[in-house]
Order: sequence, then structure tokens, then C-alpha cells
Amino acid sequence: MIQAAVETRDLTRRFGALTAVDALTLRIEKGEVFGLLGPNGSGKTTTIRMLCGLLEPTAGTATVAGLDVTQEPDRIKERIGYMSQKFGLYEDLTAAENLDFYGGIYGLRNTARRQRIDGVVGFLGLAGRLRQLVGTLSGGWKQRVALACAMLHQPPVLFLDEPTAGVDPAARRGFWNTIKTLAAEGTTVLVTTHYMDEAERCGRLALMSQGHLITLGTPTEVAAQVGVATLEDAFITLQERDEGRSN
Amino acid sequence: MPRFWPMFRKEFIQMRRDRLTLGIMVGIPVVQLLMFGYAIQMDVRNIPTVVLDESRTSTSRDIIAAFQNTGNFRIVAYVNGRDELDRAIAGGRAQAGIVVPEDYPRQRARGVTATVQVVVDASDPLQSQSAIAAAAGVAQAKNLEILSAVARRPAPPIEARVRPRYNPGLRSPVYIVPGLVGVILTLTLVLVTAMAIVRERERGTLEQLIVTPITKTELMLGKIAPYVGVGLVQMTTVLVVGRVVFSVPLTGSVLLLYGVALIFVVASLALGLLVSTLVRTQQQAMQVSFFFVLPNILLSGFMFPRAAMPEVFQWLGLLLPLTHFLKVLRGILLRGVGLEALWVEALILAGFAVGLIGLAVRRFHKTLD
Repeated sequence: MIQAAVETRDLTRRFGALTAVDALTLRIEKGEVFGLLGPNGSGKTTTIRMLCGLLEPTAGTATVAGLDVTQEPDRIKERIGYMSQKFGLYEDLTAAENLDFYGGIYGLRNTARRQRIDGVVGFLGLAGRLRQLVGTLSGGWKQRVALACAMLHQPPVLFLDEPTAGVDPAARRGFWNTIKTLAAEGTTVLVTTHYMDEAERCGRLALMSQGHLITLGTPTEVAAQVGVATLEDAFITLQERDEGRSN
Repeated sequence: MPRFWPMFRKEFIQMRRDRLTLGIMVGIPVVQLLMFGYAIQMDVRNIPTVVLDESRTSTSRDIIAAFQNTGNFRIVAYVNGRDELDRAIAGGRAQAGIVVPEDYPRQRARGVTATVQVVVDASDPLQSQSAIAAAAGVAQAKNLEILSAVARRPAPPIEARVRPRYNPGLRSPVYIVPGLVGVILTLTLVLVTAMAIVRERERGTLEQLIVTPITKTELMLGKIAPYVGVGLVQMTTVLVVGRVVFSVPLTGSVLLLYGVALIFVVASLALGLLVSTLVRTQQQAMQVSFFFVLPNILLSGFMFPRAAMPEVFQWLGLLLPLTHFLKVLRGILLRGVGLEALWVEALILAGFAVGLIGLAVRRFHKTLD
């Protein structure tokens, strides 16, 4: 059996009385562009954080790139790239300095580092923005630099938490083309998003609501499951159903 | 620890770019030094004094002059009655009063103990101490003079020769400045590092950082390393200003001084790191840091002698790295001693540094919990 890029089994996380993620079970294959959808508070970010080793699961198991998140979180960190929802780069450093820093942190030295940075800069078109303090960049450019830092060490799995929030449509499209290219090259990408048009561009989707998985499949499958025409309608219907069930 | 260097470089760049903080870190020591150095004078001289000379003879004037010559009493007025004297002191016009009774010359002539009363406003015990000591001294000196004449011995039977070493002028700045070096280092370094990690947490950059393979130790050491240099620069600034403005000596080995200072700086930075693992916001970091300052000033021996404190507080003082560093500072600067006398303190400071770093690393978790 081919090893999954990401696999969870009854993954659960509680914060006191609140269950943020409830027995989540899913499997993401290598090279997929997998979308995690859901309203705020549905557990998307908590799920990603557990998969990245930022939060310890309360129950259940998860493996990323074949490594268990509770047993070997440090080794996982070498093999993943992560873009946090809140912009996480150093605003008082230039784009180049941020890249240099993360390159060093991920173990790239001297020529290897310079080559990788040049490669990523070329790939993402950052050449003109290198000397700018990141704090002075616009939203779209910031996200691009953040993606650059996340992919510098060529991780097999990328976790992107709402990477295009606050970015204009043209930039968003460019971003998604980049993601598709990365996936084609073999990188597994797990993305969370609010935007329906982006959800449609994912290979498969998981819809979450109030901490649990309500449906899983390709965009067409999900829409068909609910018997509605568009993904957006499906989403709203499913969410209403789920909330109705809990009330 | 390969990832230490990228961390160190990044912190260094950020520190250099933050001109305001850097300026404050170097400027504050100078300002504080000048303030403390000039303001804190433990020996109070020339306290305003009123005199009630009921006798008005050459004998009484003689004893009054003796008081004036000590330099502790500055006569501002001659009063005519006891209530006037009391009013002057109560009202704050004078802080001491000398009363020479009417029969002072007669008592002297008869060979009976003649009394001169010195009233001192002791609301501030520190201030009045010098005056009280001086007054007693005047009587003693006078007694010696008189008795020597009577016994027809020009030289007194015993003389205790007191040699004030290391600070012959008994000047306060010489005592205060080395202490100030330690206090300034403690305050600024603890504050700066406490804020450092908390600020990353607040800005959201910590999340991005802990998702990388960087280890806790590399992260923490990388954070404090640039500030080691700043700490040493601060110390140099204070010592130079202290030398130039207050003539504070530098008697011992400079190498040893900086060597031990290095250990103390690391210990202070580590303490700041520990604080940053205890708090959630920058404001809390500031509050906790300030909370540490007062015990450091009161219990370390910076201004108030530890030997005078109740034993409990002397023991508590030993828990502060500053207490041990002050011993080293004063030892090297004022007495010129070497490692052979200070190795215990140096070892204790090293223990603090290692222990605090270990504690901070243990408390810091690479999770968002």
C-alpha cells in the first residue's frame, strides 16, 4: 500500500469543555491539492496545527509523511512547510533577510541556500521585492514571500492556512497556479480556504462544521451528494443541516 | 547547534534596526549614573544649625567653634530662647540646635562634667547620623585635649589609627558607581529579553518559528546572544563615565572584570528568558521585570549594607545574582583583588547562568498550548 502523505484516525482536540476537532478521519494522497473548508470555528486551523506539531492531539492519531505527530514532531517539522493564517514573517526584516533566515533554519548552507533562494525567487517572481522590508509590502506580496519561505527546503507536504486571505483576485489566481505547479511536481498541499472558487480548484475537499467532518470528496461529488448545482449551495445546505442536527 | 547562527544573525539585524531601544539601552545608564552619582550622598555635611548660647563667654564660643569646625554644622542663626530653637527645628529652618547652658564656663572651671546639648532632627536617621557622630566626636576630642593638659601628657595614652583604605575620601560615588553597573545591567537586560520572546508571540512570528526544526535551546541562545554585546557596552559606558566624572578607580584586572561580567550578563539575560516563558503579554513582561528591580536594589547591597539587615534578608539576598556580582565588581574596581579571592562568586554566577538557561529551556514548549 502506498504511504499516504497525511493520514488521521479519530483525531480529536479539546480545549476544556469545547471540542474543537471531533474524531476526524481522513487520508490525503501524495501530490494532491486537498482543500479543507468550513466556517470560522469549524476546526480547520486546529486540525492543521495538530498536523504540524503545534498542538498536541487530545485523542486519536495522525501521521504526516509517514511520521507520527505525537511521537516524532521534530522530524515532521523538517519535512513540512507551513503558512500560518496570521502573517508570520518578520516585518522588520527585508524579504531577502527572511528568506536567508528560514533557509538557514532549514539547514541550507552557502551555495545550496543561495541557489534555492534564487530558484524560489524566480519561481514566485519576487526579484524586485527582495530588498524591501516585508512590513511595507502589500498583502499579496507578503503572502508570496511567506510561501517562498515555506517551500525553500522543498518539503513533501505543504500546509497553507487561508493563504489568500485579503489578497486581490488576480494575485489569488496566480497563487493557485503556483500551488497547482507544486502539486504536479509531487508536493502534497493541504489548503484551508473560505473562497468557493478556490475550493473548486482543489482535487478533493473536506467540509468541516463544528469540529467534525460532514463530507469528503471531489468538488463535483460533494455538490452531487447534496443534490444541488453549485458547491456553494452544497456547502450552505450541509452546514445548515449540521447545525440543525446539533440544535 | 547549527541553527543557532541564523537565529543570532536575525536577532542581531533586528536589534540594530531598533534604534530607539538601542539608544535607550545605552543612554539610560549614563543618565542614571549621573543622577545617582550626584544625588546620593550618604554623608550629610553642613546641616543648618541654630545656636543658643546662654553663656556668651569665650569658653562657650570656643566649644561652639569646635562644632562648626567639624564641617557638619553650618550655623544659620543665633537664637535667644529655648522655644525659639525648638520652633526653628520643628519648622524645618534648622536640622540641629546647639545649646550651651549659662553655667557651662563655671562647670568647666569647677572640674564638674559640663553639659552641652545638641538637638538633632532625627526624622531621617541616615541624615542625622553624621551629625550625631560628629557631635560625640567633638566632645571626645575636647575631653582628650583637656585631660591631656591636666595629666601633663602632651600625647594621649592610646591612639587608634584608622586607615580608610580603598576609598580614603569616604566618597559615596566610589561605592555607588560599581553597584550602579550591576543594577543597570540587571534591569535593562532582564527587561529586554523578557520582551523579546513575548513580542514574537504577540506578533505571530513565534508560530512560524516553532514549526521549523529549530530546537528550544538554539532559539533561546540565539535570542540572547546579541544582547551580550550590548550588556558589555553598557558596563563599559558606566565605568568610563564613572571614572571621568566621579574618579571611580579601576584598580584590578580589566580582563577578569569583563570575564565575570560576561557570566553575569548571560545570567541576567537567562532570567529575562525565564520571565518570558511565564508571561503572555508584553505588558506583563514589563510588570514582572520591574517587580524584580526593587528586591535587587534593596537586598543586593547596592545601597544598603547587607550586614545591617536581619539574617533572613541576608539569605534572601544570596538568591540574587546581583549580590554576588557586586562583590566581584567592588573587589576588582576598588580593592584590586584577583580570581583567588573571587572564584566562589564567579562560580556561583556561572551556576546561575547555566541553571537559569536550563530552566527557561525546560519551561519553553514548542507548541501553541
